[in-house]
Amino acid sequence: MNRRKFTILESTCVPLPLGNVDTDQIIPARFLSATSREGFGKNLFRDWRYDKNGNEIKDFVLNRPEYGGSILVAGSNFGCGSSREHAVWAIADYGFRAVVSDSFADIFRNNALNNGLLPVEIPSGMLSDLTEQIGANPGIIVKIDLERQIISADETGMSVPFAINSFRKQCLLNGLDNVGFLVNMRSRIIEYEKSRGGPG
Amino acid sequence: MLFQGLTMEPRTLFDKIWDPHVVKSVEDGPDVLYIDRHYIHEVTSPQAFPGLRQRRIGVFRPEKTTAVADHNIPTTDQHLPIRDAVSRAQVEALADNCRVAGIEYFGIGHHNNGIVHVTGPELGKTLPGMTIVCGDSHTSTHGAFGTIAFGIGTSEVEMVLASQCILQTRPARMRITVNGELSKGVTPKDLILYIISSISTSGAAGYFVEYAGEAIKSLGMEARMTICNMSIEMGARGGLIAPDEITIDYLSRIPSFNRNPEAESLTENWLSLRTDPGAVFDRELEFDASSVPPMITWGTNPGMGMAVDGKIPEADQPGPGGNDSFLKALEYMGFKPGMKLLGHPVDYVFLGSCTNGRIEDLRAFASMVEGRQKAPGVTVLIVPGSQQVARQAEEEGLTEIFKRAGFAMRQPGCSSCLAMNDDKIPPGKYSVSTSNRNFEGRQGPGARTILAGPLAAAAAAVTGRITDPRELIRVCD
Repeated sequence: MNRRKFTILESTCVPLPLGNVDTDQIIPARFLSATSREGFGKNLFRDWRYDKNGNEIKDFVLNRPEYGGSILVAGSNFGCGSSREHAVWAIADYGFRAVVSDSFADIFRNNALNNGLLPVEIPSGMLSDLTEQIGANPGIIVKIDLERQIISADETGMSVPFAINSFRKQCLLNGLDNVGFLVNMRSRIIEYEKSRGGPG
Repeated sequence: MLFQGLTMEPRTLFDKIWDPHVVKSVEDGPDVLYIDRHYIHEVTSPQAFPGLRQRRIGVFRPEKTTAVADHNIPTTDQHLPIRDAVSRAQVEALADNCRVAGIEYFGIGHHNNGIVHVTGPELGKTLPGMTIVCGDSHTSTHGAFGTIAFGIGTSEVEMVLASQCILQTRPARMRITVNGELSKGVTPKDLILYIISSISTSGAAGYFVEYAGEAIKSLGMEARMTICNMSIEMGARGGLIAPDEITIDYLSRIPSFNRNPEAESLTENWLSLRTDPGAVFDRELEFDASSVPPMITWGTNPGMGMAVDGKIPEADQPGPGGNDSFLKALEYMGFKPGMKLLGHPVDYVFLGSCTNGRIEDLRAFASMVEGRQKAPGVTVLIVPGSQQVARQAEEEGLTEIFKRAGFAMRQPGCSSCLAMNDDKIPPGKYSVSTSNRNFEGRQGPGARTILAGPLAAAAAAVTGRITDPRELIRVCD
């Protein structure tokens, strides 16, 4: 089961410069009762995006017409809290393909990578600059080149390398799925179990 | 130099458990880590099973997975079908998936049902030295038994079902040593809230934490579970405590463990599972238990905590966007910088969750409310963490104490901790909650959560206000 490949992404950005955004904000628990992975995007940031009557909250960034695109530029420790992968499904279903921050919560990072959503970690100063520049000019195009591991913007002259381990990178570049990788290892896993005295 | 290879480097408890579980190390990539115990529940597993069907493969080791329904289930009238159609479908999907795969399942009303992190240890399914995962971030709870236990996403649930392994990068190691002794009126929950408020909600991101020191060693298993449970709230991958006589004593009271013919030799191995003297941690922190007060939170993440009689900080928070997040939190909570919360009115009290839904927590709450009455105007939810906790509370007379004080006990489930069921706190209302998260809307849209330990929660339940539990204990003395 192959996924969409991630090679080069060029897009405008949506800034959300808040620290410690937890997965309960990304997708509130009351929307987790589905049994499929689809359709969570409509409730992304639900309680920041809509008031209790379901009307758009005008100044929330997803409702501001000047901002759009498939890169979310977030604050520190993004995706903390609950392990719900629904948070990643919601972000991806909404149309984002990458999230930029200076730090991600551990489980969120894994969940993102397992769904082809690229977490791009850059130094805090760079993140503040980028957020500010997007605020001043929402039309800035940011380019994320996964092969070269560089995030850049021609308009501002930004060009920053980012880290990702080569296994995860190859999976994303080739749209490979990790479950398949492990299933193909089953005979090796059985050998491992025997070495421990059986699966029991 | 010649003998260097023969000298064993001192190792941490974490590494001693992790290393023998590595099936393969992927070059410049994660480890393929073998999982001894997999817990699943209705909310994060339904999307994992269809993947297996598409691949035309079955569950690789169904006997290593245990399932419970806990997250979205009602806590009243559990003998009736779940009213909410979507929740019902989710629980039914779990039951079906388990039946087809041959996975052990404890559904609503089953005598082994309960919150996965409460019932798993009670049943002896969590054992020292294991690797344990579950699609739930509070899986860190099981670290109390000297296990590597952590929360995973649904894709990883699918990996475990398909191969009994996951791909995981080895985290850094942190040790938190707590010396001294907790004061009267201070609970293990206060200790962990204190630690989190000291290092912030992201202070342990990227680390796996070992809790050590005399204050930790003196704690019972329920208390240790409360501590390890909230490791995730400071961003840690998980937390663990070396197994000792207290661990073995807890396990020896579990019937299934006593029937295990290997119990004695296992016990010997487990007692040797500890960090070697001189082992190096990537980060070490020390705390003094005697300086920990009863704690409450004032903001919208678990790191925003203070002493119950303390003052909310002033608006000069460090870091980029620090003040924005701080003011946003206070606006949501309806508080002001520098404010004291002692005496602030409370609308709801919630005793329960995988953090504080165990028998020790119910005992602590009962000790405070015995001979007192529920304050008028406060709604109190007492939700046992499992059927076993409910039975034990009945046997010990706690249920009767609650009843006399004007409280009713509900049936087990995650309940108001994440309010997926009907146990929601209404918008704008203040809830003193023994759960683990005070995020915006966590207990219902607009709900204002103040995290606390079971004694401070009980004090709020009988006074209707934020109250220092030590004051009520002094009255008792």
